Amino acid sequence: MPDGIDVDYDGLIPNNVGLNADARVRKALETWHPGYIDWWQDRGPDGFQDALVYLRTAISVDAQGWAKFGFVRMPEYKWGILLAPAVEGRRIGFGRHKGDPAWQDVPGEYRAMLRRLLVIQGDTEPASVEQQRHLGATAPSLYDLRNLFQVNVEEGRHLWAMVYLLQKYFGADGREEAEELLRRRSGDQDTPRMLGAFNEATPDWLSFFMFTTFTDRDGKMQLEALAQSGFDPLSRTCRFMLTEEAHHMFVGESGVGRIIARTCQAMKAAGIEDAEDVGAVRRLGVIDLPLIQRKINLHFSLTLDLFGNEISTNAANAFNAGLKGRFREHTLTDDHQLLNDTYPVLRLVDGAVVKQDVPALSALNMRLRDDFVDDVRGGITRWNNVIAKSGIAYRLALPHVGFNRRIGEFSRARIDPLGNILDAESWQGRRDAFLPTAADGDFLHALMQPVRVPGAFAGWIAPPRIGIDNRPGDFEYVKIHE
Amino acid sequence: MDRIDFQTHPDRYRHWRIEVAGPVADLILDVDPGASIFPGCELKLNSYDLGVDIELADAVQRLRFEHPEVRCVVLRSGKEGVFCAGANIRMLGRASHGHKVNFCKFTNETRCAIEDASDASGQRYLAAVSGPCAGGGYELAACAERILLIDDRRSAVSLPEMPLLAVLPGTGGLTRLTDKRRVRRDLADLFCSLEEGVRGRRAVDWRLVDEVVPPSRWAATVAQRAAELAALSDRPDAARGIALTPLQRRFDGDGVQYRHVRVAIDRAARRATISVTGPADVPADLAGIHAAGAAFWPLAMARELDDAVLHLRFNEPTLGLIVLRSEGDPARVLAADTLLLAHAQDWLVREIRLLLKRTFKRLDLTSRSLIALIEPGSCFAGTLAELVFAADRAVMFAGARAGDNRPAAALHLSAMNFSACPMSNGLTRLQTRFLGEPDSVDRAHAAIGRALEAEDALALGLVTVAHDDLDWDDGVRIMLEERASFSPDALTAMEANLRFAGPETMETRIFGRLTAWQNWLFQRPNAVGEAGALKRYGSGLKPEFDPERV
Repeated sequence: MPDGIDVDYDGLIPNNVGLNADARVRKALETWHPGYIDWWQDRGPDGFQDALVYLRTAISVDAQGWAKFGFVRMPEYKWGILLAPAVEGRRIGFGRHKGDPAWQDVPGEYRAMLRRLLVIQGDTEPASVEQQRHLGATAPSLYDLRNLFQVNVEEGRHLWAMVYLLQKYFGADGREEAEELLRRRSGDQDTPRMLGAFNEATPDWLSFFMFTTFTDRDGKMQLEALAQSGFDPLSRTCRFMLTEEAHHMFVGESGVGRIIARTCQAMKAAGIEDAEDVGAVRRLGVIDLPLIQRKINLHFSLTLDLFGNEISTNAANAFNAGLKGRFREHTLTDDHQLLNDTYPVLRLVDGAVVKQDVPALSALNMRLRDDFVDDVRGGITRWNNVIAKSGIAYRLALPHVGFNRRIGEFSRARIDPLGNILDAESWQGRRDAFLPTAADGDFLHALMQPVRVPGAFAGWIAPPRIGIDNRPGDFEYVKIHE
Repeated sequence: MDRIDFQTHPDRYRHWRIEVAGPVADLILDVDPGASIFPGCELKLNSYDLGVDIELADAVQRLRFEHPEVRCVVLRSGKEGVFCAGANIRMLGRASHGHKVNFCKFTNETRCAIEDASDASGQRYLAAVSGPCAGGGYELAACAERILLIDDRRSAVSLPEMPLLAVLPGTGGLTRLTDKRRVRRDLADLFCSLEEGVRGRRAVDWRLVDEVVPPSRWAATVAQRAAELAALSDRPDAARGIALTPLQRRFDGDGVQYRHVRVAIDRAARRATISVTGPADVPADLAGIHAAGAAFWPLAMARELDDAVLHLRFNEPTLGLIVLRSEGDPARVLAADTLLLAHAQDWLVREIRLLLKRTFKRLDLTSRSLIALIEPGSCFAGTLAELVFAADRAVMFAGARAGDNRPAAALHLSAMNFSACPMSNGLTRLQTRFLGEPDSVDRAHAAIGRALEAEDALALGLVTVAHDDLDWDDGVRIMLEERASFSPDALTAMEANLRFAGPETMETRIFGRLTAWQNWLFQRPNAVGEAGALKRYGSGLKPEFDPERV
């Protein structure tokens, strides 16, 4: 029996949950395993399956030194079941069961709600791998290629995490859902993934970095909320997933930052001060800042949709039931039940954006979204610092939360990035100033040429300041031909 | 709340669209979330309130009369990612008990009208379910002859009322599950407790839907199935529809005045009197009926009577007594009946007969005391005599009235009373009335063609009591006053028990169980108490249930 910290690598499935002693779940996972490998080969990274990739693998789940780095062929990656260590005597921290011992089994009355939370969370994990499967062909460096694959294998592991919970706690129904997670396909007309943003293409590396900045940060917020769960196995699972998710956002934010740095450097070198002189900037082979702004507009708005309706019964139910808390619930100082509280929500009333106080329980999606916006704003500031340091007069900004929305209050209106409501005609007229155009896509597509020489980088992105695992600049992170 | 109006027109729809393409029409649900009849109530995810259902009833009716060429109607959603989330729960949480009961009843009547269109008028319904289809949404789909469900691994059908709301899918949902779709009872039990519903192959295996179709083949398959259903229809090829023109209706004071129907209200006596006027003229032939269109008396009268009954149900809940009267020339009513009988095969005449059937059914299902007064000058003949047989009691004037030179009151029967207008139990009102004495139906049939004055009508069992001039005023007054003094609840319950003798049909079971079980739940604290499921829905708070089983 493992001690819950170290990972048991003896069996087919590495784990710290005592899988060897749990024949039923082990059998279910072993039955699921070949389908997963098939999925990975079929819908995971296109090519590179035999390459040796310098990946980190979890060997224990404590905060220090949980990962070890080494060269791995991706299909042989040690995907497994890793939960953060159990907290002795953990109690439910919020909702109507606040103060009760955390559940170690699924309470019957919350079966449907929990299952839905797990399936939706689970569906996003393989989806992003599918969305990113063609990016290997155009990686701007071996460093970036390795980061892509690290993100991919960890999203794969997050799928394992959700599948474990489904199979262990939801019987035949859970096994069926676990199979379905392998059958849905991002962007497929017949079997799409469940959430809209996960059916959008990730066609180029700027999109990838934006996705990992914004959409993976939504993932972080959702995991933070689920890490508070009174259903202890879910809480422990999500706490460990969060340690992995942090790297994904690092990849995104630093990736965009490196693109900005390279653009500013090239502009300065060529004596271009006007960021809006797009033609001149693009002739330098770098990505103009206004296009980066348009990509921010797109990915930010798509990601906000993932938070769902501002006023949500499901979110209220899940909180009251003690299944999904708020961002860092344990650090908040209110009564953690919210029965008499209100929360301000931006709403569209009679054609105007107004702030309304609504019962706090029903505004939990809005609250998590606000926390997300705060969180993501720090990244924008850091990007702007890069521009400011170069001396170029340009500032990136988050668009208004009502901009380009398909879900929630603002889906009924056309709102520009500054928050002004537009009629359909003005929207159409100015759309190309707000969102990436087909021409932008063509430009990026042409720019994306693979660079596979150790230590070399494509001309549109700066090298990182330090290597992964402190490796030197010319380290061969991916050995494509062994 | 403002007066609820059941008259509408596609030009004014907020929630539905009708798109006709030859023999197939799309009936598209695209609810405007901001247009609930309950101010401030948001109709999210194609959820519906009475306003949405009023438009649906109008659309179903218009498709039948205005579009003889339409042989298949495809029920579908105009919203991406959702078919219909069912009745809006916040609306139900806010609505009075009476409104909920009347809303569900009306919704059921519309759903039965959809099935009537498929079964009897050759306009066959297909439900094309793409996106989640929950509660009343699935009940609506289940009215269609066939249900196609998109198999996008997300879309499911569900009846989550029990786990989510502590009420039933009681607007026909449970009954259609077992009686129409013949779902096994234990699977139905499982289905009704699965909040997430059932999708894909299993939905077909359990007979919840007829076919699942992947998105890539969706549009083509829906079109093909619609064409197949349309091919089974007997509706005419080259006929022209008639426009259901706006009712001529005036609200004056408390009453309502239509062209052929008048509603007068005596608020102190808690009584509404509906007076139906017979036709002033009757077309000579079938062509004349088509030329008259919506002005043809049986059609115009039925639409007006239907509107009047709905008005009283929803807007005048305290008027417990409805007195039914008529005036006019019985010969002309019988002449109209002759046309309806002679041209029963014509599509328009068929629609008119079916509308008459549904209108009288609506009266049967109205929870008010119905008292027919048959007086000199009345024209309770044939079709209109159904009002007498629908009534809880019929009182007839015997002989002539002093100072009135009109002949004595008489009832007239026609063949219309013996087949055209069955009740929801599948029997005619006369068959139901004479359940214990079938010979009486034959005796009545033999009396077709005779003017049946009070003595004959009493002998044939067609009326309850007769008063002569001396007793009439007091007799009627005392009866009505006494009736008004009884408990309105007890009257509703007693009348509903006595009206529907004889066999059960799916329709009687739907209405009976709605009345017995759903309306019971709608009164129980577990659903509607301050801590009940309907009241707490959306707040995030879990309902508190009284554990006692009743």
